This record gives sequence, C-alpha cells and structure tokens, in this order.
Amino acid sequence: METVAWPYGVLELASSRDLHGNDADPVTITIPARVFKGPAFRPPAHSRHDWIGPPDRLSNLRPVIFHVPQDESALERRLREARQDTQAWNQQFWAQQNASFQQEKEEFIYSRLKAKGLAVRDETGQKATLNAEEMADFYKDFLSKNFRKHMRYNRDWYKRNFTITFLMGQVALVRALRWLRWKKKNVGD
Amino acid sequence: LSGKLRQFQASPFVRRIRYVTQYNKDLSQRAKPKSDSVASPFRESQQLDQEKKVIHKIIPISPVHQPLSKTSNRNELREMKLAAEIGGSATPLRAESKEERQWKEMKLRLDDLPGILARLSKIKLTALVVCTASAGFAMAPVPFDLTCFLLASLGTGLASCAANSINQFFEVPFDSNMNRTKNRPLVRGQISPLLAVCFAASCGVPGIALLTLGVNPLTGALGAFNIFLYTCCYTPMKRMSIANTWVGAVVGAIPPVMGWTAATGSLDAGALLLGGILYSWQFPHFNALSWGLREDYSRGGYCMMSVTHPGLCRRVALRHCVALIGLSTVAPVLDITTWTFPIISLPINLYISYLGFRFYRDADRSSSRKLFFCSLWHLPMLLLVMFSCKKSLLEKEEKGDLHGGNHGRAMEIRLP
Repeated sequence: METVAWPYGVLELASSRDLHGNDADPVTITIPARVFKGPAFRPPAHSRHDWIGPPDRLSNLRPVIFHVPQDESALERRLREARQDTQAWNQQFWAQQNASFQQEKEEFIYSRLKAKGLAVRDETGQKATLNAEEMADFYKDFLSKNFRKHMRYNRDWYKRNFTITFLMGQVALVRALRWLRWKKKNVGD
Repeated sequence: LSGKLRQFQASPFVRRIRYVTQYNKDLSQRAKPKSDSVASPFRESQQLDQEKKVIHKIIPISPVHQPLSKTSNRNELREMKLAAEIGGSATPLRAESKEERQWKEMKLRLDDLPGILARLSKIKLTALVVCTASAGFAMAPVPFDLTCFLLASLGTGLASCAANSINQFFEVPFDSNMNRTKNRPLVRGQISPLLAVCFAASCGVPGIALLTLGVNPLTGALGAFNIFLYTCCYTPMKRMSIANTWVGAVVGAIPPVMGWTAATGSLDAGALLLGGILYSWQFPHFNALSWGLREDYSRGGYCMMSVTHPGLCRRVALRHCVALIGLSTVAPVLDITTWTFPIISLPINLYISYLGFRFYRDADRSSSRKLFFCSLWHLPMLLLVMFSCKKSLLEKEEKGDLHGGNHGRAMEIRLP
C-alpha cells in the first residue's frame, strides 16, 4: 500500500477497501505530485481536541488531525480509524476529480481554440478563454463521463457517513454512562 | 490572509447585490468574469454567514521598498510578507506560519452555538418557508385564529430546520467543493455530524408533534412527508437525475398547502392552487440560478438541467412563468380572491414571463441573472397582492356561497 504525507506525517492511502475491510470496487487513481504537501501542522501538546485546517488546494476538503487520548478505548479507536480512513479516501477522490476536471478543461479549451484558429494566448499574453455557452458542451460531457464514478462514490459516502455518525453516537453514549457512574460514585463518597 | 481579500463596498454592482441580500443573503460573487455564483434557490441554502460573502479580488499592495536586512519593524515585516505572498513569492517558512494560523481547534464554544445552528438550519430559508406557510394560512377562507397560526408557523419552522440540517449532514464533501456552500458549519468542522443529526431530531420530532397534536394530523403528515421528500428524495436525487428539480419544486410547494390545511383542516382546491403557484415559481427561480453554476455542478457531479439539457432548462422556466398567469386567473374562479387579483398581478406576471422569454431566447448569463433577481421580488409581491385581493368572508356569506356549507356558522373556526 502506498504511503503519502498528508496532512501530518505519513498516512497509508486507503486502498479499494471499505470500512469493514471488504473489497470494494477498485478505483483507479492518478494522484498528481502536488497532493503531497510540505511541512505539516503539529497541534499544541496540551490540546485534547481534534484540529481542522484550511481547505486543501486540490480537493477543497479540510484536513483534520485527530487527537489520540491516552485512555482511548477500542471503540474510540475504531471511530478514529474510520474517520481517518474516510478522510484519506475523500481526499483521494476529490483531488483526482478536481485535477482531471482542470486538465480536461484545459485540453477542451485548447482544442476548441485551435479549431477556431485562435492562439492560446492573445497579444497581451492573457490566456484566451471560451465563453460559458461554449464551455457548456464540456460541462455536459464531463458530467456524463463521470456519472458512474459519482454513483459509486455517493453510495460509499453515504455508507461511511452513517457508520461514522453511528460510532460517534456509541462513543458519546459510553462516555455519558461513564460520567454518570463516576458522578454517582463521587456523590456516594 | 489567504491572499484574497473581501470587498463589499467596491462598486454599485456590489451594492446592488447587497440590496438583494436584504432578502436573500447568500450571494457570492467573484471578480472573474467567467463564473459568477449567485444566490441559492429558494429551497436551497441561504446562509447567515455574513463574513463569508466573497468577492475574490486581489488588492494590489505596493511592496515595501526596503531591503529585508534593514527591517526590524514588525509591521513592515508583515507588510512585506503580505506583499510577497500576493506576489506569489512567499518563502516556505512564511507560508507555513500563515497556514498554521488557519488551523482551528475543533472545540465547540457555547457562544458560537446559536450562530452555528442558525447556519446549519439555513435560518433564512426557513424564515421564507414559514412566510409562505403563513401566506397559505392567511389565504384560507376561515376566520383568523392566532393560536393556530402561531403553532402552525412554529411547527413548520422546526420541520424546515430539521430538513435543512439533514441535507447539510448528507452533503459535506460536495458542499466543500462548491463556492456557494463551502462555508457551512459541517464543512468547516464547527460542529460534529453527530450533533447535527441530534439537532435535526430535536427540531423535527417536536415540530411534527406540534403540527400533528397542536394543529391537525393532516398538517403534521404533510410536514413529515415534506421532510422525507427533501432529505431522502431530493437530496440524493440531485446527484442521480435531473428529475430532482421537479421533486424540489414540490418540496417548495408544500408549505403554503400546510398553512392552508392548518387553518381549514382540509386539503381543498385553494390549497392546491397556492401550492401550484409556489410550484410553478420554483422553476424560473431555480433554472435561472443554476444557469450560472454549471461549472460547479459539472465538477461536483450534480445532475441539473442546466448542464445536461440546457434547452429543456430554459423551456421549462418559460413555461412555468406563463403558467403563473394562468394560475393567477384560476384564483377568483375558486373563490379565493376577487377578480381584481389577476388584473393587478398581470403586470408582474407578464414581466417575469417576458424575462423568461428573454432567457429562453438569449440563453446567456445576463438574462438568467435578470430572471433570477426578478423571481426574488416577484413572489412576495404576488402573495401580497393575493392577500389584499382575498375574497372576504362577509362577501361570501352575503352571496351565500361560503365554502363547505358553513352557512350561519361563520364563527366555527376549524374542522376537527
């Protein structure tokens, strides 16, 4: 499995596996080198919360650095790993989606400009663009080309979202019960 | 300090946007001519998030003409940093500290919570939904019952909050990738998904209960159905088929029907007419808006008419503009308003139909924007005129054609 530095240290790229480790549909990804960012952010040592960063330039998703408490239970670890896995999976998908959109858009503009006999850059050095109506063909094409990919993504995203939220609920419940028990014990003493 | 600064006061164009935002505050505009995102559709997001109304414009800052070695002044250093960043030549060290400042601790602060929940529930859209429900209530041919009105409005508002929260819960990665929606609370990590779901449940359950028990079961059922339609049909369908627009139009049409059934207890022709007017209105409103968002929709994988069937998009918008004229004419036939209503509303209906025709013919950004902005004032004006032309109960009694056989029992308010 490939490793990538994002956003904190080294992270295993989620492979074509869903949250339960079953084989999901394989997704071919080409990650441009720009995905790998430079120095990572380190949350302050005293902080006991997760930290969320600015939107990633390629995927527009905000990376989260998860806090690992000393007394992390098995359930909490499952939740954290699920969230990390989903985060990496989302990052992969959207980085690749946005990159391919940009690339195909440039190619489309270039080919259309060439067909019209125009240069890519005009006299002032500005990049020539097509108007919205000309781009409409590209948008329609891109959407229909990626339809099946989006269907798969949607299904997986809904599953992951529900699983994570359900785990969050379980963790919250366990913590609440623990706190109640502690309260009762203290009051009793 | 992302290199892009926000400007509000720059141009009359922006001021115009601000005027419109009195009503509908989610306009995001970009300086780039290619892709201007305008405000969200009626049933979509309208955020309270004022500080995030964006004009992406890089303000040229004259670079400080001093060599780096000379400066010991913090301000100058910062200025140079800014200039260097905008110039695109930031050193890795500066970039890193700038980025570090953008990391936020995911700790929920109680003072922030009301604002966060307001944005999560799309409070402005909810307010508009409650207004249309009130319009439905007001148009119902029964004496006005204040308690019922307040309960119905509150219940509808809570139901709308719940539906909007669940919608945002489902759409986090998609919202991150669209300019219009990238500042929502779940996207920014200001609230956890669990809390969002709990909030939705704590709004939806009391809301529907209030409608069912405090108003009548029919209204409660309509409310529950609308939540289901919006969260479980419309939201997933946005990514599957262009039919989502028609489903969404029904979602927008149900609140005035709920207002009517809250007042009268029955689903009669007047309710359906009001629902029909709201249904038809959704199309010029949303289709015109979606015309400017084609790039974002295409990249994000949203199936919208404007991307896949542009001709249909414009035809449907025009069709429904004209339908509004027809529906306004049916109102007096059903005894809801007097005949002055179709006459007084004709100018505004004709105007929006004209703009719809221009949009159909020209198919460009300016005609789509004109149509969209017109739809924003057209609806409240139409409802206002409708209310002022409402056929009074007294008139109906005298003519002996009070609906539902309430002859001589005009004081009876609601059917059980």
